[in-house]
Amino acid sequence: MVCLAGCGSGSAPPAELKAVAPVPEARVDPATACVITGQVIFKGDAPKMAEIDMSSNPQCERQHKTPAKAQTVVVNPNRTLRNVFVHIKDGLAPAHWTPPATSAELSQTGCIYQPHVQGIMEGQNLEILNNDPVNHNVHAECEKNAAWNESQPPRAEHKNKQFSVEETLFPVTCSVHPWMRAYIAVSPHPFFAVTGADGSFSITGVPPGTYTIEAVHEKYGSKEGRLTVAPSGTAKIDFTYGS
Amino acid sequence: MAHSGEYHRGLHRWSILLAFCTLLLVVAGGLVTSRDAGLSVPDWPLSYGKLMPPMEGGILYEHGHRMIATTVGMFTIVSLVWLLIVEKRLWMKWLGGAALVAVIVQGALGGLTVIYLLPWWISSAHASLAQLFFSTTVAMAIFTSGWWLRAPVSVDEDERHPIRGLSLAAPVFVLAQLALGAAARHKAIGSIYHICGSPIVTFVVLWVSLRILLHYARNRELRMGALTLIGVTMTQVFLGIAAYMSRIAYADAVQPMPLMVAFTVLHVAVGALTLATSVALAILVRRNVPAPSRAYSSTRVAAVS
Repeated sequence: MVCLAGCGSGSAPPAELKAVAPVPEARVDPATACVITGQVIFKGDAPKMAEIDMSSNPQCERQHKTPAKAQTVVVNPNRTLRNVFVHIKDGLAPAHWTPPATSAELSQTGCIYQPHVQGIMEGQNLEILNNDPVNHNVHAECEKNAAWNESQPPRAEHKNKQFSVEETLFPVTCSVHPWMRAYIAVSPHPFFAVTGADGSFSITGVPPGTYTIEAVHEKYGSKEGRLTVAPSGTAKIDFTYGS
Repeated sequence: MAHSGEYHRGLHRWSILLAFCTLLLVVAGGLVTSRDAGLSVPDWPLSYGKLMPPMEGGILYEHGHRMIATTVGMFTIVSLVWLLIVEKRLWMKWLGGAALVAVIVQGALGGLTVIYLLPWWISSAHASLAQLFFSTTVAMAIFTSGWWLRAPVSVDEDERHPIRGLSLAAPVFVLAQLALGAAARHKAIGSIYHICGSPIVTFVVLWVSLRILLHYARNRELRMGALTLIGVTMTQVFLGIAAYMSRIAYADAVQPMPLMVAFTVLHVAVGALTLATSVALAILVRRNVPAPSRAYSSTRVAAVS
């Protein structure tokens, strides 16, 4: 069986063999743990985000005092970019990282997904809430994980979902309200962050080493950089996007 | 084939109603895709576990499409039963049966595409079969009309400019172009294939229509049919350009924009009308331009040799 799987497939090891190879449990020595920080800078004119027209569902519209705006490109007042997923793409020693016991959360509030971008770990629970008085459908448009589409009526039970394969920024959409769109990244390790209102990110508890750091934005795509972080040290890396 | 039946006014009017409802169904289907509402109701055949979910947001389009589809399915069953009772032409009964099979397959494709999250090949097949089914209902309306049952005002086929075979090219090319459009719409292929197909189909339609206008124009029915096909096709070309331009203009929009939706849905609907018109013209040609008799053919061959 192993021979059949392995013979004649070139130099790449067969998937079966990779799957059974022992992977040690990950462990970071707190005494040498490092921090990776940085900012995602935006150059050029910030695109104006359109107001969302929720008139097709007045119950959504009523929940906003002023019209909600699209979150495709959110440039902060300090000229940094919000909602960029930053993670260690390469450089970590092979290890199995245990997902946190706490759930990540994706809520539907005012017919908007919150948060707009988030990272979760492989196997971590994602709790999906409908806080709206209207029906939603939640469509995870994954490509590497199994895609699914389920309805979630008002006051329905929370949904609990897990994703088992690493996947960078797939959309979660609602076809009842076509403006609703969130992005989720599934990471095999806990070393990721999403930029917020000041465009900065901080990834803590990282083992010392040399890493490829990737920043991914839903519209502007991905950028990479390499850095080395010494034991107990802090390394800084910035990314720049522009229109 | 044309003159062996009896005219039943009720059946003919019912067939017209079926064709009209089918066009509405095509429009409703176009709205579902253009409004990105295809997965707003994740379950099938029920909607949110009910026969009638709250008609809000995208559910209005998706469930509305299902309701119209159910109505068209019922109407098709009634058509077949009616044909089985009153129709004397066996081939007409078979056509009614084929329409029912098509609408059942169409419903199944619609359900499967929702359950399997809109795979391009099911969605494209669903969109293409919709166009074929509409043309079938238009053909049924033609075949049940009193006009069809009357003796045709026929015209001899011009040997140097034959039209009977050529007239079939228009619906074949239009259907292929509609299938390309459906595949592009459901992201199986790039729009470029549909765009490149447009001048080819337009050329074929003009070839057929102009041959009729240049060599068969003395037959009023053929003349009107050819002019109608040219008019519908040119409208369709304009709508295709408008739909494409509106998609470019609103490429970054966070939700489907009304102008883009309007042009795209009209393009889908007029596409269905273009196919139906080309089918109707082919039917008209084969009715009004009788096939040369075997005797005539042998005489002609003998004369040439």
